[in-house]
Amino acid sequence: MNLTLKVWRQKNENTRGKFHTYEAKDISEDMSFLEMLDVVNDEITRKGEDPIYFDHDCREGICGMCSLYINGRPHGPKEQITTCQLHMRSFHDGQTIVIEPWRAAAFPVLKDLAVDRSAFDRIQQAGGYISVNTGGTPDANIIPIPKVKADEAFNSATCIGCGACVAACKNSSAMLFVGAKVAQFAVLPQGQAERKERAQAMVDQMDKEGFGSCTNTGACEAECPVGISLSNIATLNREYLGAKIIKEVEVH
Amino acid sequence: MSRFNQLFSSTIGKKLIMSLTGIFLSLFLVVHLVGNLQLFKSDGGLAFNEYAYFMTHFAPIKAISYLLYATFIVHALYSLIITYRNRKARPIAYASYNGAANSTWNSRNMGLLGTIILIFLVTHMSNFWYQYHWGDVPYVEYTTNIQTGETSVRDIPAAEFHDFVKYIEDGSEIMIAKDLYKEVNFSFQSWYLVVFYVLAMVALGFHLAHGFKSAFQTLGFDHNRYAPLIRAIGFWIFGILIPLLFAAMPLYSFFVVNS
Amino acid sequence: MILDSKVPEGPLAEKWTNHKFNLKLVNPANKRKYNIIVVGTGLAGSSAAASLAELGYNVKTFCYQDSARRAHSIAAQGGINASKNYPNDGDSVYRLFYDTIKGGDYRSREANTYRLAEVSSNIIDQCVAQGVPFAREYGGLLDNRSFGGAQVSRTFYARGQTGQQLLLGAYSALNRQIKKGTVQSYTRHEMLDLVTIDGQARGIITRDLVTGAIESHAAHAVILCTGGYGNVFFLSTNAMGCNVTAAWRAHKRGAFFANPCYTQIHPTCIPVTGDHQSKLTLMSESLRNDGRVWVPKTVEMAQRLRKGEIKVADIREEDRDYYLERKYPSFGNLVPRDVASRNAKEMVDEGRGVGKSGVAVYLDFKDAIARLGEDAVRAKYGNLFDMYMQITDENPYKQPMRIYPAVHYTMGGLWVDYNLMTTVPGLYALGECNFSDHGANRLGASALMQGLADGYFVIPYTVGDYLAKLGFGPVDANHPNFEKTRSEVESKVNTLLGLKGKQTVDDIHKKLGHIMWEYCGMARSAEGLTKAKGLIQELRKEFWADVTVLGENEELNQSLEKAGRVADFIELAELMVDDAFNRRESCGGHFRVESQTEEGEAKRDDEEFSFVSAWQYHENAPEELHKEELKFENVVLTQRSYK
Repeated sequence: MNLTLKVWRQKNENTRGKFHTYEAKDISEDMSFLEMLDVVNDEITRKGEDPIYFDHDCREGICGMCSLYINGRPHGPKEQITTCQLHMRSFHDGQTIVIEPWRAAAFPVLKDLAVDRSAFDRIQQAGGYISVNTGGTPDANIIPIPKVKADEAFNSATCIGCGACVAACKNSSAMLFVGAKVAQFAVLPQGQAERKERAQAMVDQMDKEGFGSCTNTGACEAECPVGISLSNIATLNREYLGAKIIKEVEVH
Repeated sequence: MSRFNQLFSSTIGKKLIMSLTGIFLSLFLVVHLVGNLQLFKSDGGLAFNEYAYFMTHFAPIKAISYLLYATFIVHALYSLIITYRNRKARPIAYASYNGAANSTWNSRNMGLLGTIILIFLVTHMSNFWYQYHWGDVPYVEYTTNIQTGETSVRDIPAAEFHDFVKYIEDGSEIMIAKDLYKEVNFSFQSWYLVVFYVLAMVALGFHLAHGFKSAFQTLGFDHNRYAPLIRAIGFWIFGILIPLLFAAMPLYSFFVVNS
Repeated sequence: MILDSKVPEGPLAEKWTNHKFNLKLVNPANKRKYNIIVVGTGLAGSSAAASLAELGYNVKTFCYQDSARRAHSIAAQGGINASKNYPNDGDSVYRLFYDTIKGGDYRSREANTYRLAEVSSNIIDQCVAQGVPFAREYGGLLDNRSFGGAQVSRTFYARGQTGQQLLLGAYSALNRQIKKGTVQSYTRHEMLDLVTIDGQARGIITRDLVTGAIESHAAHAVILCTGGYGNVFFLSTNAMGCNVTAAWRAHKRGAFFANPCYTQIHPTCIPVTGDHQSKLTLMSESLRNDGRVWVPKTVEMAQRLRKGEIKVADIREEDRDYYLERKYPSFGNLVPRDVASRNAKEMVDEGRGVGKSGVAVYLDFKDAIARLGEDAVRAKYGNLFDMYMQITDENPYKQPMRIYPAVHYTMGGLWVDYNLMTTVPGLYALGECNFSDHGANRLGASALMQGLADGYFVIPYTVGDYLAKLGFGPVDANHPNFEKTRSEVESKVNTLLGLKGKQTVDDIHKKLGHIMWEYCGMARSAEGLTKAKGLIQELRKEFWADVTVLGENEELNQSLEKAGRVADFIELAELMVDDAFNRRESCGGHFRVESQTEEGEAKRDDEEFSFVSAWQYHENAPEELHKEELKFENVVLTQRSYK
């Protein structure tokens, strides 16, 4: 099939970008979306022009590096997958595809379609962990954790940190991402010691990074490639408000 | 920054304010609706006018009404503050945006819906609240025969009377009050006001269909059995039933009382 | 040079305990005087960096991804082994050790492998304490499943995303240290060279992938946790960015490269569909627990199937050849990876392959679904089935999966001693980057175990021993070697940017991949390897003469990044071919067609080849082979049999 691509090109963080139009020819429907871009890039490179820069790495939907906003939706038209798992059979011959980077003040564009998501790392650094040193931990089976709790924790922990939630949210809110981490540890017995501190510290950092606030539109949940649910946001609200109003703990 | 400030300057804290004020306003709507249902009584406005007097003169309710005005203002103000931040969080908009694919229209347009409701509120308050308090509303005298229950109605020019009275005389109960009922029906003679009211109620329905459940989500309410109940109440009662009943009032007035 | 493995004396089970006691310690107050560089932030890197920072060292971490959390360890699906013996099925440290060394076809060091098995239990404890949500039984205790090459259930897992959960655990430990200021994290940075002073590792040169800045970083020790080199084959299950550059540049600075020819071809991957393919996707080996591998019994039937004349469902039960169950009755579908891969290749070579291309075999869940029900199968493998459906547009609940082997893991790597130190003092290699624990073949669910064992439980002890002997002086960041190495890197970058030929870097990379897959893949022969060597040498010339590298240094430049990596892959490829040529036996993932039993199974030659090949780089001269003899004092070498 043949396609028309409108791709955001921007040299670096400090320059203004604009859309360029490319033709993608002889695209097989077995290609992944990124392989389609490889083909386009190959052609651009042969012309001696600068290929389109986009982030990608594992290409199996787990590293969270790929991040394209395709025809108005993060990771494109199919639900519960990342861009690298999106295949061209989801498009039709002659279609025009608009490809943009994630748009958020907290995610500045580095080049073309790649954005800087280090804000996510800083939020995790603020408290997204359980403080245990290596060694000296008790036997793994010493605390039984009900299967439902373990599964619930897993469902939150499965977040790949791609940022589609922020990209999808009309407010560029990072609540789903932060909620997932807070919820994972809030459910587990290991996470209790630092529970209140964690919620406060991570929300404070989230706000500092300039993400918007959650207005519960649910766009994040709908676009999340690994199906992180809105209940993580409810948990985050509960954890944070509980920590602030019912029993505040000093964050250190 | 004080602890208190810290909470309410956080994004979640601000949303908490939206949530609490929103829930309070929703509750007010229920009370308001119950009272206004008297409009559907064919008693010449007796019950409605008595209710109007009660609501404006009973001290605790008066106090709550001031809280209510403040709540409206805070709810609107914080929506502006939150919207400002949210706009700033995305300085460059998407060229191609397909919000319909992942969220409902009303959830993305709460600000627009809220603005319509605000305009409605101003109109509504100036039509009735202002008129009732400071306008030139006529008085009405209801004489009800206690034995038969029959009521006769007599208009009293505003110049003759300035208070509310209710007493029993000669086996009849007599009540003289401001005739807000008449004022209401007078206003709804204009079809465009009726249309505006109905549209505003549609906006209210959309606003609450998202707002009510959203308020609980913001509070962190997430029970696997009761959260769906909240969502159902939000949609069916606050999103549909309440706005429908409110919208029925101007329509009833226009098509039934005034015709 | 005689390679000293520094394996401690004493009985196998006491070696590590005794060794830990004998290692020198750095006083807690002095630890902050030492700087340590960790390159790569996968399981080995993140766990090492976090653990060392917890001890008090100053740590800098580097990764080419935009976040430490995206290192390719994250893609490991199946699980992590540990000899906890929770299922009460007879597991023990010794059994895990034995299975691992046997699975590796007796080409790994006994002491290293034993230590791996010994600390495996601690890893599970550590990860659970960090909040890693492993799968659990209804009673709340941890669940286990079985994996290839073992007859006990010792694999801990978190659905099909074990690597992700373990890495996020290590990443969280790392984040905690970053917040404390004990770790400085450099993301989107690529290590381009090692700086040595007086033969000791004293720092690295990196390129900031965003700004292009070439920077020097000095430290008392450098720890490489940069993973494997499977991408030398172009198509592999590795991430697109995985590369050998850090290890290769270290090799050129004096670190010996061991067993480069040991590559693991994973049997259960989604087959290639066309030339556009950029990577191969693995389906976890755990699928072989319930899936049955088969091909049609006759070539004729396979042909008709490929042409679409008949459908899978038309092939009757008696016309299906469940060849693994037939040939290996005791292990069946759970034979080790090398055996399963080679058999798949055999079936395809016989003309019994399936799918349009004929380069695939079936992995069938029909019986499992009949036995357990579709829901139970979905609960176990749902995400893998979804992934398969996503990629192939076929429903594995209704028809068998098509699978074929793909390059997955490299057992070879930088040579390290028992302390995980390379031949360059002060330079360490952990995880897949080193060669140490898996011999010639790695068992499933052991890569995660090794990465974390090295990072959490080995390097924190052994690096102290080196540093304690070093004295307290700071590393001289102004030493001329830093500037010298930096300018060498800079000129290399400029050379690459000056290449204005006709081919893209990917063109060359694909050609390299074809050569390697054809001649240095699942079956290798002296003839093929000789041919490959010539082809690689030509390709190397072609690269420097005809490749084009676009753009400038001062920007995000994929073309430049790839060019540097492919240039190193080409050099490595030649060494792999040399190594494969040199090892005239079949062992594990290395199958020499000249060395097989009458039944066509791999035949080891313990007399001649019971050694580690460690290659030393020489400028303008062929690589020199050093042999580390492998001594087996505790296991009896037998021809592996999974029948």
